[in-house]
Amino acid sequence: MELKVIGQDNTPSEGGCSSGTCGTSEDGMGHLPDNIREKVHNHPCYSEEAHHFYARMHVAVAPACNIQCHYCNRKYDCANESRPGVVSELLSPDQAAKKVLAVASEIPQMTVLGVAGPGDPLANPERTFATFHELAEKAPDIKLCLSTNGLALPDHVDEIAALKVDHVTITINCVDPDVGAKIYPWIFWNNRRIKGAKGAKILIERQQKGLEMLIERGILVKVNSVLIPGVNDEHLKEVSKIVKSKGAFLHNVMPLISEPEHGTFYGVMGQRGPNKQELSDLQDACAGDMNMMRHCRQCRADAVGMLGEDRGHEFTLDKIDAMNIDYEAAITKRANVHAGIEAHRDALRVEQESQQSSNLLAPIETPPARIAVTTKGSGVINEHFGHAKEFLVYEVSPQGVRFIAPRKVEHAYCVGPDICPTGEDKGTVLDAILESLSDCSAVLSAKVGIEPWSRLEDAGITPSGEYAMDSIEDGVKGMYQDLIKHGWTVKALDAQVAG
Amino acid sequence: MSLSIVDSCVNCFACEPVCPSQAIAIAAPHFLIDDKKCTECEGDFADPQCAAICPIEGAILNADGMAVNPPGSLTGIPPLKMAQAMAEIQAR
Repeated sequence: MELKVIGQDNTPSEGGCSSGTCGTSEDGMGHLPDNIREKVHNHPCYSEEAHHFYARMHVAVAPACNIQCHYCNRKYDCANESRPGVVSELLSPDQAAKKVLAVASEIPQMTVLGVAGPGDPLANPERTFATFHELAEKAPDIKLCLSTNGLALPDHVDEIAALKVDHVTITINCVDPDVGAKIYPWIFWNNRRIKGAKGAKILIERQQKGLEMLIERGILVKVNSVLIPGVNDEHLKEVSKIVKSKGAFLHNVMPLISEPEHGTFYGVMGQRGPNKQELSDLQDACAGDMNMMRHCRQCRADAVGMLGEDRGHEFTLDKIDAMNIDYEAAITKRANVHAGIEAHRDALRVEQESQQSSNLLAPIETPPARIAVTTKGSGVINEHFGHAKEFLVYEVSPQGVRFIAPRKVEHAYCVGPDICPTGEDKGTVLDAILESLSDCSAVLSAKVGIEPWSRLEDAGITPSGEYAMDSIEDGVKGMYQDLIKHGWTVKALDAQVAG
Repeated sequence: MSLSIVDSCVNCFACEPVCPSQAIAIAAPHFLIDDKKCTECEGDFADPQCAAICPIEGAILNADGMAVNPPGSLTGIPPLKMAQAMAEIQAR
């Protein structure tokens, strides 16, 4: 059996990551019309390539919700967690617009503003649309997005279209009310709380209708699904087929996040989330049907910055009040910074294309390997191993490179820029990192310390600082060839092939 | 005859727009129901709207002071199970 590898469906001359063939990035979107590719070109949540260069933010203006999901707890106030639905400061539309303008001025890589809760944006239509109206006027270059459970979506499609919100995410976890009854305990609909499969059936119908109405209006739709083992795992393959056939252009299957301390139904009842293999197997199974998104960071409803980071603490209301912002100058600055990024991306693409040949990276029978990298952005291996709180995992085969998943860890190995952990902490922090990279044959960083170096080697993961400051794609390809040349450990991906 | 909101309210705004009597107002530390305006939705809807959309068990009381949505009724988590889980977390 063969893995689906980049290059098998496409001409071999098309490049890897930084030239746009990984995951959801531009090559994966090759079948889409130019106007759609143009729309997602600089959207970090829709384009895998763009997420290395551009930033996004969410504003928490939408606290109310019209349904309950078993993975959500509405007591959402927490500063130290990063997961959907969690925020620390609820904003009015005016405050939100002000915050967006401040962030877009300070972080000129910002291209996108989303409303994603902590409730449902369309259960708070006045607050959501007031925010959008103000921003459409004051920062017309910022793309507006929203993410919804879909229940109220058909009622608001025309306003969404009128405001030129051209990216909408619908969370669709099922198309079968009996599956839905295990995910949604109730919905609020037509002035009643409706429980069980009856409520789920209405929700499903509204989601599908909303999806169709958005597609009719030419609005891009991404579908998010939460993978809940034993509840909707097999079922998501059908969901993927259906939403693709209706015109959704991207499917983002995310792992259930479930801990007892979250106080959610799933957390308390002991429903586990999927392991990394189950997640990537299901993403692969759905990939035959449509573009899969694999770089989602499942961020907070008030996240700020590049996808892997959250700079929300720099933009609290009191700090924003103290900022003096020139809106016009900020628009110009963004335009310049974006032009610089595009020039850089173009140069990278040209470089990649010039290196492309029909040659395979290795003999065709060579098994694929997974390689992790640490990056601070710009598509380059520029983060020290000890500073990384997330690792990007790529799979490389003789035909090319594809993105698999970000792997977050709770703690970076080093406590501060110059402080390495001591005693027991050192072991547990490193154990967690090794576990998150257990399927990887190598890890590429700007630098790797002596202690983690030997632990990595013992775990069969070859560490390297050899590719520091190289593009991720070049590094991953180079390391793959090193592994083969030196006969270093290449971990078999048998489990995945069997899946 | 009036419902009331108590301190387990998380200020999610869901109830305020669905009240047919404009009896609910933003207040600190949580939303409040004006007992002179509240009709418990009689004549307007089969169920009191605030209690029908509120996601927090126990946050809305009826005129007798009883929770309209008692523990376990909205999340589906059996109260005993919830207590066990919380005790385990406390013990860590």
